[in-house]
Amino acid sequence: MCHRQNFRAMKNKHVNAIVVGAGAGGGVVAKELAVAGLSVVLFERGGWATYDDHDDDELISQRTTVLGNAFGPDDKRHRRVVVNSDGSTRIVLPSEGSYSNNAACVGSGTVSYGAMAWRFMEKDFTMKSTYGHVEGSTLDDWPITYFDLEPYYEKAEWEIGVSGESGANPFESPRKKPYPMPPFAYNYSANILADAAQRLGLHPFPIPMLRNSVRYGGRPACYRMRSCVGFACPVNAKCGTHNTVIPTAIESGNCELRTHCQVAEIMIDEKGRATGVKYFDENDKGQIQTADIVIIAAAAVETARLLLNSKSKLFPNGAGNNNDWVGRNLQGHAYTGAHGLIKDDVYDDVGPGATLAIADFNHNNPGIVGGGVLCNEFTAMPYLFSKMRPPGAKRWGPEHKEYQRSQFKKLIRLHGPFQEIPNFEARVTVDPDVKDHWGIPVARLSGSRHPYDPTGCQFMSDRAEEILREAGAYHTWQSVGGKGLSGGQHQAGTARMGNDPKTSVTNKFGQIHDIDNLFVADGSLCVTNGGFNPALTILALGYRVGDYIVKNWNGTQFKS
Amino acid sequence: METSRREFLRQLSLACGSVLFIPACAGYDSPWRFFSEKEARTVIAFAEQIIPADKDPGATDANVVNFIDKQLIGPYTRFQEDYRKGITAIENSAQKIFQKTFYELDWKNQTGFMEQMEAGKLPEEFWAEVNQRNFFNRLLDHSMQGFYGSPRHGGNKNYVSYKMMRLDYPHVLGQNRYESKCATAKILEL
Repeated sequence: MCHRQNFRAMKNKHVNAIVVGAGAGGGVVAKELAVAGLSVVLFERGGWATYDDHDDDELISQRTTVLGNAFGPDDKRHRRVVVNSDGSTRIVLPSEGSYSNNAACVGSGTVSYGAMAWRFMEKDFTMKSTYGHVEGSTLDDWPITYFDLEPYYEKAEWEIGVSGESGANPFESPRKKPYPMPPFAYNYSANILADAAQRLGLHPFPIPMLRNSVRYGGRPACYRMRSCVGFACPVNAKCGTHNTVIPTAIESGNCELRTHCQVAEIMIDEKGRATGVKYFDENDKGQIQTADIVIIAAAAVETARLLLNSKSKLFPNGAGNNNDWVGRNLQGHAYTGAHGLIKDDVYDDVGPGATLAIADFNHNNPGIVGGGVLCNEFTAMPYLFSKMRPPGAKRWGPEHKEYQRSQFKKLIRLHGPFQEIPNFEARVTVDPDVKDHWGIPVARLSGSRHPYDPTGCQFMSDRAEEILREAGAYHTWQSVGGKGLSGGQHQAGTARMGNDPKTSVTNKFGQIHDIDNLFVADGSLCVTNGGFNPALTILALGYRVGDYIVKNWNGTQFKS
Repeated sequence: METSRREFLRQLSLACGSVLFIPACAGYDSPWRFFSEKEARTVIAFAEQIIPADKDPGATDANVVNFIDKQLIGPYTRFQEDYRKGITAIENSAQKIFQKTFYELDWKNQTGFMEQMEAGKLPEEFWAEVNQRNFFNRLLDHSMQGFYGSPRHGGNKNYVSYKMMRLDYPHVLGQNRYESKCATAKILEL
C-alpha cells in the first residue's frame, strides 16, 4: 500500500507467534507463550532503557518531555495529527503533550511509571448495568466480570511483584491471595491526610505498588529516592515487564526480542487469516516475519493505527474493522483534584511520594456516574512546580520566585483519575496525508471527552478540597479536569472487547472477531477504564490472553 | 587544522539538514550559538524579569540565556524563526514606545512593557507574524526550564534553583550538601 520498499522474508524463520509491543500487555503475553513452548518474536520499536540514559533529568523525563521523551519515541521519526475543536488539524511531535505518548522502550510505561497496582472493582466491569445509559456515550459492560479477571490479577501481583496491605481498602473487590510484599509506609503528607480523612469518616489506606518494598524477585528494595515517577529506577526496585517477564521469556530460549523495529502492517491472507507482519528493522530495511498467531499490544493509539493500516481483501478498512469500531472510544483518565498549602513543611522529598489512597469515591456517589480514587501526589519537581499556582497568582517576577522558594515544601496535592465516560467520536484514525519516517500513515486523534466528565471531575475535586481543608490547609484551590481530547499514558478502549461483533472489535479473550489468529493484548481491550491507574489491569489482561492462546492453540488452529 | 566558526556552522546546518537560521545581520562575532549579541541581551533582560535576583541568584546568574541558546540549535530548532521574529518585534515595540532598546529600559519600564506583552497589548503593527502572547508564554516557559531544569542543559548554573528550593542534590536523602563543609562536599565540588 503506502510502502514503496520491498519487504523481504529471507532469513526470518517462521515462528508460532508474533507479539507487537514489549510493554505491559505484550511482555506478559510473550512470556506466557514462550514458557509454554511456543516460538515467539517480540517486536519493540524502542530499545532497552536504563536510569543512566537520563538519570534524574526533569526536562527529559516521562513527567516533563519538553526536551524529548526519555523513553522514546523520538521527535525526528514520529508524528501524529490532532484534530482541533474547530475541525482544523495540526501535526504534533512525541515530546508535545497532545501527542498522547506512551514510552517506546522495552517495558514501555512499566519502566518509568508511578507503578500504582490497582485492581479495577466489580462495578468497573458493569458500568452500564450499574448506572444505566448515559446519553451520547458508548458506556457498556465488559464481556467479562471482575471474577473472570481475578486469577490473572493475582498472577500479575505475584509474578511482577506488588507491595500493599491486603484488606486495608474496604471497598476492594474480593481477593483470594494477599499481596506478596508489605506496603510502603506513608510519607509525611500521607500521614497528615490519613488522619484528616479518618476524621471525615473516610477509609485511607496505603497505595498498592508494583515496586519492591522488600527484596523480591531477585531485585532489591526501593530506597525511596526522589527521581521515581517519570524515571527509570536506579536500583531496579520498580517492577515492570522489562525486569520480570521479558527476561524470563528470553531465558526460556523460545522468545527472540527484536528491538528498534517498527511494525508497519499485519498481513492478512485471502481467507482472512493473519500470516505475519511487515516491519522495518533497525536499519530501516523492510522485512517480513511470518507466524501462526499475531498479537498486537502497542497501546491504544498505535494498536488502532496498526489494525487500520492493515488492509486486505476481506478487511478493506483495516483488520477487524468491518463494523467501524477500531479506534473508537478512545479513553484515558481525566485527572482532577485540589491543592492545599500547609503552614509547616510537609514535603519530605521521599520517593515515590504517592503513598496514600482514598477509594471511598470510586462508586456509590449520589447522582454521579462512576468516580475515581484520590491519592497524594508523587514527588514534586522544580520546573513542574513553577506552573502550580492558585488562580490569579503571578506567573513570573519576584512574587512567583518567592512562591517557588517558600511554598515548594508546603504544598499538598490530592488528586486522581476520574473514570471517563466513553464516546464513539473520541477516536484514532489514520491520517490520509501525513506519514512517519518509514512512510507509514500516522495516527490521527479526534473528538473529545464526553460532556459528562467535567461534572464527575468537579465532584471529585470538591471531595479532595474538603480533605485538604480538614488536614489543615489554610489555602486550597481546585484543578478540575475532564475537558478536551482524551488519551495520554492511560489510553484505552480502541479495540474494545465484547460479545457482539457489531459493537466491539474482539471477543472476550482479545481475539479479533472474524480473524481467529489475531489478538489484541493491551489497554485497547478495556470497555471502560476504571477510576484507577490501569497498569495492573493491562498486565492481567495480558495473562488472560496468553492463557487462552496456550490452552486453545492445538498447533495448527484454535479449538472451537 | 583549525575550522573556522563560519565553516563549523555551515557544516552543522548541513548535518542537521534543517532550517538552521544563521543570523544574517549579526555577523559571526556573537559568542552565542544562535543569538546575536543584541538578541542575547534582550533575552537576558527578559529572563531576569521572569526570575529576578533577590537574596538568591536570578536568571542571569543561572545562565538561562545559555540554556535557551543551546536548545535553539537542538530540540528547539523548530522555534528558531519564532525567536528571531519575536525578539525583533520586542525591539521594534520598545523603540516605538520608549525610543530605546528593551534591555536598556529601567527595571520598572521593562516590567510594564512585559505586562503589556503578556496581555497582548503591545502595538499590533510589529506582531503580524508572531503572536505576542504566544511568544511571551514561550519565553516564560523556556526561562523557567532554564532556571529550574537540570544544569546539564546549560542553565541552573551551580544548581542555584535547587539550593533555593532546598532540594537535596545529589539525590541522596538527607544529604543536602550545598552548605556543608564536610570532606565529601569538597570532593563533590571538585
